[in-house]
Amino acid sequence: MRSPLARFLVRRIVTALLLAVGITLVTFVLTNLVPGDPVAANLGQRALGDPAIVAQWRADHGLDRPLPQQYLMHLEGLLHGDLGTSQQSHRPVLDDLAESVPATLELAGAAILVSLVLGVGFGVVAALRRDRLSDHVLRVLSLVGISVPTFWLALVAFYVFFFRLQITPGSGRIDPGMTPPPQVTGLYTVDALLSGRWDVLSSAAGHLAAPALVLALYTIGLLTRFTRSAVLEVLGQDYVRSARAKGLPGRVVLFRYVLRPALVPVITVAGLAFGSLLSGTVLVEAVFAWPGVGQYAYRSATTLDLPAVMGVGLVVGVVYLVINLVVDVLYGVIDPRVRVS
Amino acid sequence: MTAAQKTAALTIERLRMSIGGHDVLHGVDLTLEAGRVHGLAGESGSGKTMTGLAVLGLLPHGSRASGRIAFGGRDLLEMPARELNEVRGAKIAMVFQDPATSLHPMLTVERQLTEHMRHHLGIGRKEARERAAGLLAKVRIPGPEEALKRYPHQFSGGMRQRIAIAVALACEPEVLIADEPTTALDVTVQAGILRLLRGLCDDLGLAVLLVTHDLGVMSAVADEVSVMKDGLVVETGPRGQVLREPRHPYTRSLLDALPVPPGENSP
Repeated sequence: MRSPLARFLVRRIVTALLLAVGITLVTFVLTNLVPGDPVAANLGQRALGDPAIVAQWRADHGLDRPLPQQYLMHLEGLLHGDLGTSQQSHRPVLDDLAESVPATLELAGAAILVSLVLGVGFGVVAALRRDRLSDHVLRVLSLVGISVPTFWLALVAFYVFFFRLQITPGSGRIDPGMTPPPQVTGLYTVDALLSGRWDVLSSAAGHLAAPALVLALYTIGLLTRFTRSAVLEVLGQDYVRSARAKGLPGRVVLFRYVLRPALVPVITVAGLAFGSLLSGTVLVEAVFAWPGVGQYAYRSATTLDLPAVMGVGLVVGVVYLVINLVVDVLYGVIDPRVRVS
Repeated sequence: MTAAQKTAALTIERLRMSIGGHDVLHGVDLTLEAGRVHGLAGESGSGKTMTGLAVLGLLPHGSRASGRIAFGGRDLLEMPARELNEVRGAKIAMVFQDPATSLHPMLTVERQLTEHMRHHLGIGRKEARERAAGLLAKVRIPGPEEALKRYPHQFSGGMRQRIAIAVALACEPEVLIADEPTTALDVTVQAGILRLLRGLCDDLGLAVLLVTHDLGVMSAVADEVSVMKDGLVVETGPRGQVLREPRHPYTRSLLDALPVPPGENSP
């Protein structure tokens, strides 16, 4: 007999797979609805004047077939791990993404990690010290974090900390001239750690710090506010009073009775926030010249590089799915009522 | 009254309490005795619940209490937080009104029954588990071993209140404060919970403070009855005397509001 948690997991994973197929359809249809002709974007003026060249180009890229057939070809390619060839870089889209996706995941992952630690920590402190000075200060700071536009903050941070104060390294993922660590995960900090290249690790972490913090500021503010209100709500619950009446030590009451239930809404918001973090990376990557998927998506979209755009859409969609799956599973782990009923 | 004073388990003297400058209790006097149920009656807002919470130092934020709550030769109001925490749950336990909210929804019954046992008594997991199963049997939960693995939402309201009572009894306290323990329950379940409380009081020699606004409940189980009005105890005495020959007009008006005279509907 399988445990309720295992059954719950299987159900969620099957749903996620079905949604993934849906994502391929949506990215395909949306990409083809885009007004603009990839031919015009990719061929020079002279070639465009020659109908034979245009027709040949369309045939080479499968654009002369009916849309459903194009979709099936697209799906078949996906099953073989073939996302098509980028019309700009003339390399397989999969290879392009293998370089840019880890860069973005490293940036967004570091940002969400920092946000969770600081946001939840600040929120708990603000709630426990309600209406005292530290609460007021944290509330104002979180409001600032939510209100400041990320792209503006990125520019200011880059200017102040790199040009003026020179305490952060410049753009890119590591110092120019340094060879990246041997690729295992594609995350430079993790790979450097795995291969024991300490110089690369410090360079990669240094380059990561500023853009990750800039990206995290909004989510820190958001999580601080949500954690504060969630903790305050739980503090008023009868079972917290029961825990005190039982004479349990303060930290047991805080972690077991207050934080655990309060984390349910916080996790929901953190999952959503990770989504907005991913879209925030486009601008932050541009300012810090971070070779991530945001930059790649921007280049592909402006040149109507359809295979690349579809590839990005698919990757972003799948990342969302994975995050939602993680959030769902965490619900089940935290709250038994989710998996039992 | 000399015999009663000898066995006094907990004495509340001149207890005053205010929240944000607003006076809630104006000098409450109460004596709880081992093996006796002391009923505390009065309408909503008369300060019954606050009196119960004050004993455990669980008063709401921003409130001040003065007077004396004598327990085991110490004044609970003067006790440092750390020492008070060793009394809470171990020597004085509490059962709350609504069992749907007073148990943690995300922890198993076993965890909620054993965590304070292990903390206060310093016993191991296995021993705590055995004692927990015994406690569930004592409050008549069918299939105690199975019940330990389940979560509160898998039980009915009456069962949850029995579990909450088992949680309160886990460390063998001397005093039990039951704050409206039957108010949130069906009438058919109420009598069972009251019989259970009465039986535990007799068997274990517990001193019980039964807070209720229901004089019917009171007449069924209480040995002594105190009546509160506007933060003061206006009348106190043996059940028969207070309920049959009330001296204070407020007690009489409460009794007149009952559909059936007390004593005629006791189980």
